[in-house]
Amino acid sequence: MLGLTGSPAELARGVIGRSAIIVAFLGVALFVVPAVLGGDWIKTLTAVAIYAVVAAGLVTLYGRVGMISLGQIALLAIGTWTATRISYAADLPFPILLLVTGAITCGVGVLIGLPALRLSGLYLALITLMAAGAVNVVLTTINFPNGGHGFTGRTSTPDLSGLQPVGRPGIAGGDTAYYRYTIVVCALMFLLIAAHFASKPGRAWASIRESEPAALATGVNIVRYKLWAFALASFTTGVAGGLLAAQLGQPTAFGFPTQDSLTLLAAALIGGIYSLWGAVIAGAFSQLAPFLFQAQWGIDPNFLLIIFGVGLLQVLLTAPRGIVVQMPKDIANLGKLGAHLFRKVTGGSRSPE
Amino acid sequence: MIEVEGLTVRFAGVTPIDDVTVVFPGGTCGLIGPNGAGKTTFFNVLSGFVKPATGSIRAYGDDLLKMVDYRRARWGLRRTFQTEMAIEQLSVFDNVAMIHEHSGAGRASRKADVASAIDYVGLEVPPAVKVGGLGARDRRLVEIARAVVGAPKVVLLDEPAAGLPDEETEHLSRVIKGIPEKFGALVILVDHDMSLVQACCTTTAVLDFGKLIATGATADVLRDENVMRAYLGTEDVEVAEDVEVTGDGETSEAVP
Repeated sequence: MLGLTGSPAELARGVIGRSAIIVAFLGVALFVVPAVLGGDWIKTLTAVAIYAVVAAGLVTLYGRVGMISLGQIALLAIGTWTATRISYAADLPFPILLLVTGAITCGVGVLIGLPALRLSGLYLALITLMAAGAVNVVLTTINFPNGGHGFTGRTSTPDLSGLQPVGRPGIAGGDTAYYRYTIVVCALMFLLIAAHFASKPGRAWASIRESEPAALATGVNIVRYKLWAFALASFTTGVAGGLLAAQLGQPTAFGFPTQDSLTLLAAALIGGIYSLWGAVIAGAFSQLAPFLFQAQWGIDPNFLLIIFGVGLLQVLLTAPRGIVVQMPKDIANLGKLGAHLFRKVTGGSRSPE
Repeated sequence: MIEVEGLTVRFAGVTPIDDVTVVFPGGTCGLIGPNGAGKTTFFNVLSGFVKPATGSIRAYGDDLLKMVDYRRARWGLRRTFQTEMAIEQLSVFDNVAMIHEHSGAGRASRKADVASAIDYVGLEVPPAVKVGGLGARDRRLVEIARAVVGAPKVVLLDEPAAGLPDEETEHLSRVIKGIPEKFGALVILVDHDMSLVQACCTTTAVLDFGKLIATGATADVLRDENVMRAYLGTEDVEVAEDVEVTGDGETSEAVP
């Protein structure tokens, strides 16, 4: 655990510093943002939180274990689909609905992850991308979510107009309340992943990423830990899917294009694939940017693909660990430059720093 | 004690280990030989990465070859690699602690055991520092600390001194030499640096083209005619009969 590293004083400072940043971030997200923004902004920021959790799955799989999965959006779709069907079939309390959804998606994710035990690199990326494509085909073919009642309910003439939207939790019916609810659940998902990173599985994953033979030689059961990573990433992505189902009310198959898996990975790489903060940035990139382009500035959001491409190139060339590592450095440099200029302007007199 | 009997490894058309029978009695044992002699392949058999065609390996009475690869670490087998493989993403402490976690040693003693291993190898960096920021010497020491933590029975060191300057090698040799007494493990050291082998190892075995050509007290082995010939690449050595046409070129290159 974290508690074992470094001298106590150093450690205490580090933990307090990090906790302070997290608390401040959540404080702004939970109280400041809803007070300032409303309407479409809140809906978009709800989606940002949800996709940040999906990106956290990428941080787990690629950043920590070194496995490229391009099937995360498909898992999100499965989560959304599962939650939607369950909500038609049974009247579960919302947290239970999320947990069941997470568990089912976890099972599917482990199945998709099975090839990962044999494949790596490009092959794994291709297999997971194809799995994502297959899920998309199935969802479109069965006319997701299909209007019938019950868990498997199908009608030959789906009529979405008579369908009840996926129920939100009683305490969070409105958009703003649901936004807060989502933030809290997503924060819990991040906490779950962070707890894994800081303990035995996190260290085993890092050792697999470094070298599989070396991990084997140190006693890591590679099969078990790879599947564990897939299980964790799928569970959290499934929960995110459940949140998305209730956010949308009536999800459609068109909300999960296969290429979104690619753009999300690009966004995660830009944000910083080795850090959970990078996942937050990735969520913002993938959801907030299209909203700004389309609804706020009236620009075709397809341009984003180009911007992501250029951004990715820039990051890979100049800051391979992503914005989340580069930004503080840049700000520090900017600060130094500012102080330097300030000293120059004030005629060489020492300025207090 | 490790008893190797009739060990043979075959890859398509090549026999990197050819009917080797040898005993590593304990303490620090050297395993030397020219490039391509089969030293790393032997380590890979012990680690479970390579399945031998025939032969048996008994370590402290246990049949090592029957154990699943990742279980061998829990049993007490540790190793380092020619290319250093400490985990960049993790701190020095976590690098060592993760071995302890998979070694089957109790959680209660983890903090103390890890600190003692780090202290033993003489690492002077704070344990919270990420390994990614360390230099070559410190990374090597992290690897050694990883190899000795959590009650090891057998420690395999594959060219730990490669690329280190002489003064660092001296420190390393003291660290390696002390492992058997401090941690109770048998150490097998593979290295091309003969002064390191001489300084650390009481006994040494020599491989050449997959065959054992000498074994015994280190001083005697290093004076052995066959060993000198293997390193210098003379033609009329007994073992060279098996080597055939390609033999001479490679052996003569491999002078350390």
